Amino acid sequence: MSGYFDAAAGLPLSAAGRQALLAALDDGWADPSRLYGAARRARLLLDGARESVAASLAVRPDEVSFTPSGTLAAHLAVLGTLAGRAAVGGHVVQSAVEHSCVLSATEHAAADVSTVAVDAVGRVDAPAFGAALRPDTALACLISASHEVGTVQPVAAVAAACHEARVPLLVDAAQSVGRVSVPAGWSLLTASARKWGGPTGVGVLVVRTGTRWRSPLPPDEREGGRVPGAPSLPLVLSAAVALESALTEADAEQARLRRLVDRLREQIPRTVPDVEVVGDPADRLPHLMTFSCLYLDGESLLSALDREGFAVSSGSSCTASTLEPSHVLAAMGALTSGNIRVSLSRETTEQDVDRFLSVLPGVVAGLRRDAGADDL
Amino acid sequence: MTDERDVVRVLDCLGRPCPVPVIELARALPTVRVGTVIDVLSDDAAARLDIPAWCRLKGQEYVGATPAPAGTAYRVRRAS
Repeated sequence: MSGYFDAAAGLPLSAAGRQALLAALDDGWADPSRLYGAARRARLLLDGARESVAASLAVRPDEVSFTPSGTLAAHLAVLGTLAGRAAVGGHVVQSAVEHSCVLSATEHAAADVSTVAVDAVGRVDAPAFGAALRPDTALACLISASHEVGTVQPVAAVAAACHEARVPLLVDAAQSVGRVSVPAGWSLLTASARKWGGPTGVGVLVVRTGTRWRSPLPPDEREGGRVPGAPSLPLVLSAAVALESALTEADAEQARLRRLVDRLREQIPRTVPDVEVVGDPADRLPHLMTFSCLYLDGESLLSALDREGFAVSSGSSCTASTLEPSHVLAAMGALTSGNIRVSLSRETTEQDVDRFLSVLPGVVAGLRRDAGADDL
Repeated sequence: MTDERDVVRVLDCLGRPCPVPVIELARALPTVRVGTVIDVLSDDAAARLDIPAWCRLKGQEYVGATPAPAGTAYRVRRAS
């Protein structure tokens, strides 16, 4: 039994990932760039991890760099492409529902940014995205699927438009890798190991051959010259093995989670009054769903569900992390009050979902009573 | 747009966080005649999103937002 419903933030380390990590702690401590036995062993292990992740992502090993986080991978993808294409211009096209790590990187670069709006389910219009590309566009950014509401983005169509305009497309695939395939055609991709059951502390930056990219940081030959400093070999090995393991079971496991999320999407509006389920009901990520409740603040709802043993996240304002409501919900014109994102993992059982569904109506009713909003 | 004379009530929710402005609106709107208008005065970031969303969910008419001396006035017409 598990009430951990925040898989989109990160999963516990998978059994395969844990085993690989423990083995690598003994085996992979040496500096892979040195010329002695233990170093050669470390080099072999690092090369193997890179080949494995490259195979998992259907790219070449020399296109894969490991970073200390998914956030840094996204920052390097944005800043390195803008540095490499400075001669083209400083214009960026991005969707309104990018992860904050991409938004903060384009803002930091002081790029001239065009933001492409989304519809009520949170999806960009591919022709509108294509129309925003200009001769001075250095970079386009599209998340593979919304990390907050699950809606899958038209990556293939946008990639085709970018190819036509000769603009590199960065796809933040953190919520997709290890679960669902990402259409080809992009130039850069980023991901985060803890989202697929690998350890915290490993991100992946893929730069396809032929993409103009220049390190925004001081030169360092490691990781293909893209990420300064030595990666943590045990963590990287663990991440690679965890990804292989996640992909082995992905089809069956994601189908199982999709059915559980379908049940949540169907049942919550039936049992909780004045609730809005957000995002595309069908073309969505398998493991997460989002809903908002009228008359409730997100923090009270988080705390009440925590007391019931459920770990969820919220895009409402006035939660611990921010005073602003989620930019994703805002871009969709969705209700932001009493917002909860539920994201499921391999630990989640049918019973866990049933217990959540049985507890939620009472929790919401109780909080509305406390707010003096139970008679509205 | 709405004539100022149609505004029958102003709900002052300045300094009060969401969802308070929406709760006050939901409480007040049924007390005014269909076709008349309420202004919700709020300086909360979520009101900009949640007042239109409430109108959409409840079948009421969201007229628009106008800057006020303090905060923003969100105008709602009782449609039913």
